[in-house]
Amino acid sequence: MNNKAIICQNLTKQFGKFKAVDQITFDVDQGEIFGFLGANGAGKTTAMRMLCGLSFPTSGKATVAGFDVYRQQEKIKASIGYMSQKFSLYENLTVMENIEFYGGVYGLSRSDIKKRSEDLVSTLGMSNEAKKLVGELPLGWKQKLAFSVAIFHRPKIVFLDEPTGGVDPITRRQFWDLIYEAAANGITVFVTTHYMDEAEYCKRISVMVDGRVEALDTPANLKRNYNTNSMDEVFFQLARRAQRSGD
Amino acid sequence: MKQLIAFVRKEFYHVFRDKRTLLIMFGLPVVQIILFGFALSSEVKNIGITVLDNAHDNNSEQIINRIKTSSYFLVKDPVLRYDDILEKFKEGGIKCALIFPSNFSEELSHFGRAEIQIITDGSDPNTATILVNYLTAIISSYQQQIKPAPGLSYQIVPQIRQLYNEEQNGSLNFIPGVIALIFMIVSTALTSVSIVREKELGTMEILLVSPLKPIMVLIAKTIPYLVLSVVNFIIILTLSVYLLDVHIKGSLVLIFAESILFIITCLSLGLLISNVTNSQQTAMLISMMGMMLPTLLFTGFMFPIENMPWIFQIISHIIPSSYYYIIIKAVMLKGLGFSFVWKETLVLAGMAVFLLTISLKNFKIRLS
Repeated sequence: MNNKAIICQNLTKQFGKFKAVDQITFDVDQGEIFGFLGANGAGKTTAMRMLCGLSFPTSGKATVAGFDVYRQQEKIKASIGYMSQKFSLYENLTVMENIEFYGGVYGLSRSDIKKRSEDLVSTLGMSNEAKKLVGELPLGWKQKLAFSVAIFHRPKIVFLDEPTGGVDPITRRQFWDLIYEAAANGITVFVTTHYMDEAEYCKRISVMVDGRVEALDTPANLKRNYNTNSMDEVFFQLARRAQRSGD
Repeated sequence: MKQLIAFVRKEFYHVFRDKRTLLIMFGLPVVQIILFGFALSSEVKNIGITVLDNAHDNNSEQIINRIKTSSYFLVKDPVLRYDDILEKFKEGGIKCALIFPSNFSEELSHFGRAEIQIITDGSDPNTATILVNYLTAIISSYQQQIKPAPGLSYQIVPQIRQLYNEEQNGSLNFIPGVIALIFMIVSTALTSVSIVREKELGTMEILLVSPLKPIMVLIAKTIPYLVLSVVNFIIILTLSVYLLDVHIKGSLVLIFAESILFIITCLSLGLLISNVTNSQQTAMLISMMGMMLPTLLFTGFMFPIENMPWIFQIISHIIPSSYYYIIIKAVMLKGLGFSFVWKETLVLAGMAVFLLTISLKNFKIRLS
């Protein structure tokens, strides 16, 4: 039990008669990079919101970092990081001010914030940009910074909701280097994406169709099971079964 | 607490980095005060005037003729009695009355000095002042013309009485209104926009995923605007006192307490607006059309509520700024104490609690 970062059992979210998430069951190991795939409207975001403590499930069980999603939402929130497809940073604050803000919100001490933020900007090679407004940075840098900020308080799990939308493949590759590094440090990474090359970087991936998890395995096994050598094809075969339309 | 401080600091960065916000926040009050105080004067032309000529002599007739030929005035039917003048004022046909004493010419020729009375409608102080100036100019030019000999002169002294606003200060009426308006803009509009902006940019999600309690997010969002509103209030008061010569008669403490109550009401309104909308434009539009316009129209600081159709009178009872306007007018201008405004204060406090409760509830519902 304890070495699982996320455990979901028959987790369901229903809006009226509509089952946005329909009895999904899976678990994620600590330090694992877990890809969470699905077409638009398949229920990824709803599932993720429940795991992040933003909404209550209708039924089923789930624990995140060992905390119950019904009763311990506050504890979950303190032990996860989150980065969304939209920007997580404030454009009219400087790099440093953004870091200080998030550090402050997560209750880090002033000295911790100071030490870690210096490390962070030097690791990212942004020492010269530390006093610049985030809005002036190129997109790729912003996203790397956003990710670093999301794990600034050293969470057990980091949720990434389509983190690399609109970025070129080279920057995406660099972004994934950061993800690998975080995973190597023991942080569990839960990532949604529409890019199949990114799916290949994950240790295991799940594919959601119409609110259910239709497939869950390593990328290599999935390709073998669906008799193809491209993840695109795997995804296409699965997503074609969808009854409801995307948004 | 540390979290809250970090958050509030961030909010202040936002405000001070955004030039538009700053301009709206501090430029607007100053401009409005100056505009309303100095520039906004109604054009005076063909204003109804009535004359009570008790003298019926050469001099009075000549002065009346001069008034008739000027383009500023439209001389209405002369009246016979003093009381008729008041009737005419109430009917609204005239804005000004001129009264000659029966011994006008005699006084002028015997003593070289005679008095006439000018009565104006003080509910429109700007116009009244202009009318008095015009009339005085006409009279003094006539006075120059009938000079008996060089070195000697006749003096016609106008005695001016302004009905309904004896102090003749045009700033009086609008200062409380402008204050209410500014709070609506700063507290309601800017707060709602700043919250909705976080929704639009997606940073709200980050805040909700953080261990900050939702209520903390709201408090942190509103504190800066509360502080800035109070700063603004001080600026407006200072400008009114030193630039426009408004005398604050009531207790400053009471004025501040009531203003903070009203600011809280406005902030709650801002929160409510931010709950129901997801785009900055919509939030701005609702704040402007839904809050500012009614404040301008229905609080009574531009147009008297008593003269409005009943439906508008009801509206004026719904909007919080009407009550604040009544309170501030009573305390600041009339010098009344809390015992005279407790009813309005109670209504305002009730509205604040009501609005705050709904917006907090809504904010939670949106979460699950």
